[in-house]
Amino acid sequence: MKAELNEQALLKGLAQNDSKAVETLYKSHFSMIQHFVTNNNGSFDDARDIFQEAMITLYEKVQLEHFTLSCQIKTYLFSICKNLWLKRLQQMGKYSAPLSSQEETISVEEDLDQFEKKDAAFAIMDRALNSLGEPCKSLLEGYYLNKKGMQELASQFGYTNADNAKNQKYKCLMRLKKLFFAQYNIGE
Amino acid sequence: MDDIQLQEAIEQYLTGDMSVDEHTQFEAMRKATPEIDQMVIEHAMFIREMDIYVNRKNFSKLNKQVFNQLLDAGTWAPEATESTSSRVIQLWTKYKKVTAIAASVGGFIALFTSAMMLFFFPTINGNQILELSKAVEKIERNQKVQSHLLNEVKTKVPENAKLVSGGSGFLIDTKGFVITNAHVLKGEGAIVVNSLGQEFKATIVYSDKNSDLALLKIEDEDYKQAKALPFTIRKKSSDLGEDIFTLGFPRNDNDIVYGKGYLSAQTGYNGDSNTYQIQISANPGYSGAPVFNEKNELIGIMSSRQKLAEGVAFAIKSDKLFDLVQTLEENELTKDLNVKLNKQKVKGSKNRKAQINNFKNYIYSVRAFN
Repeated sequence: MKAELNEQALLKGLAQNDSKAVETLYKSHFSMIQHFVTNNNGSFDDARDIFQEAMITLYEKVQLEHFTLSCQIKTYLFSICKNLWLKRLQQMGKYSAPLSSQEETISVEEDLDQFEKKDAAFAIMDRALNSLGEPCKSLLEGYYLNKKGMQELASQFGYTNADNAKNQKYKCLMRLKKLFFAQYNIGE
Repeated sequence: MDDIQLQEAIEQYLTGDMSVDEHTQFEAMRKATPEIDQMVIEHAMFIREMDIYVNRKNFSKLNKQVFNQLLDAGTWAPEATESTSSRVIQLWTKYKKVTAIAASVGGFIALFTSAMMLFFFPTINGNQILELSKAVEKIERNQKVQSHLLNEVKTKVPENAKLVSGGSGFLIDTKGFVITNAHVLKGEGAIVVNSLGQEFKATIVYSDKNSDLALLKIEDEDYKQAKALPFTIRKKSSDLGEDIFTLGFPRNDNDIVYGKGYLSAQTGYNGDSNTYQIQISANPGYSGAPVFNEKNELIGIMSSRQKLAEGVAFAIKSDKLFDLVQTLEENELTKDLNVKLNKQKVKGSKNRKAQINNFKNYIYSVRAFN
């Protein structure tokens, strides 16, 4: 019962970007994934990447309104990692025998689909932002990513007042949207 | 209402930053004008994607921070043998002070020596930067000498072809991918020669004058794929004062030459952030030679030296190799090459002689011909 409560608290912390919760999850579960990946044709860096992707999947899942986790965190993370690593191996043309592991797994196809859909949108946004050029990129990142106020951005970018910065921000935003929607399928 | 104002209004409408009056007014406008309605829907969608993007980006950053902290604290060892690496860390913490003193004394001596060098051997002003590739005639002469000595081994330079330039290069992927400077490859074709004098045919896969990097692929039946690289390609930038060394082919007799120095500035000529300034005696022919640190990591690629100050050279930062590989992956024509950079830590010896012995088989003399 206590363990279950702990897990709930961890998930709650995770949803709020609490670094302690993230640290606990890394401490408790990363070595399992490291072991699994390095025993199945992968490197330490591969394990790090895969685990981070699993963390993101879990993170985005706990953000959902009616979120439930029907198993232990450990099982969930392992199932995601196993699936992701399997895919990665197949993409590299390395996959031959079934992956060796004794851990139990659950079906996570739906969550992975969600993850991949978001991943595609993420990549489009990333590309769009990166092809904006300066100062647009830094301005929009300052506003959206680092949540800076218009006044602060105005002084950082040398605009005479917040209104000028705001105008510039909207100009940049319109360009970003154009770039984004050029690749993003609205019909989907 | 111009575009910017409209954009602002839509954003305020969606974030609930409007007064009740403004809200009803906007609502009415939205109903009356399908274009505006469409824009609102589009913007809502965009904001949702932006939120996901921002959350994921920030969360990934948090993950990386946590991971690196734990890694630095020795929570996990990248290698399978955990005991040895934790011992190294213990030793490191134990002797940190001594090492720091030794390093600073070493740095001082090196600085003093180079100051003396500067004082006693002032060089003439001219072009301030020299590329380190070898001149044509020298190589031609060298070629003649070699064919004279090794009559039975025929050169792989095609008949009637003229050697035009040369330098050094090194393997980054054991499939036969060799990195060198773009300015080394002034010709149309190239061969590479290993430290034993064995020649291999190579094709120029990629060459970028801006970054001054080029990629060759050894395509020769005599080439036997080497074992895994004995060094890592460093992605992070390196520290000032770090001891470094290079191995290349600056001489005409095709003997591999070792040079030692230290990293003297995080930026290169005129503050160029793509390169490091290093203190090393750099001769023509070192162009494209790898620059290693003590930890079996490749940190840069030699490219040029300053004419004005003896011993000052510039090396392209190793993270540019990751950019290069990404460019290859994004290009339709080159994405199938599947060039992989070794990011995994190599344990290996820290003894310099052993390192040189391990590395030298992965370093090539590069010759371009027309």
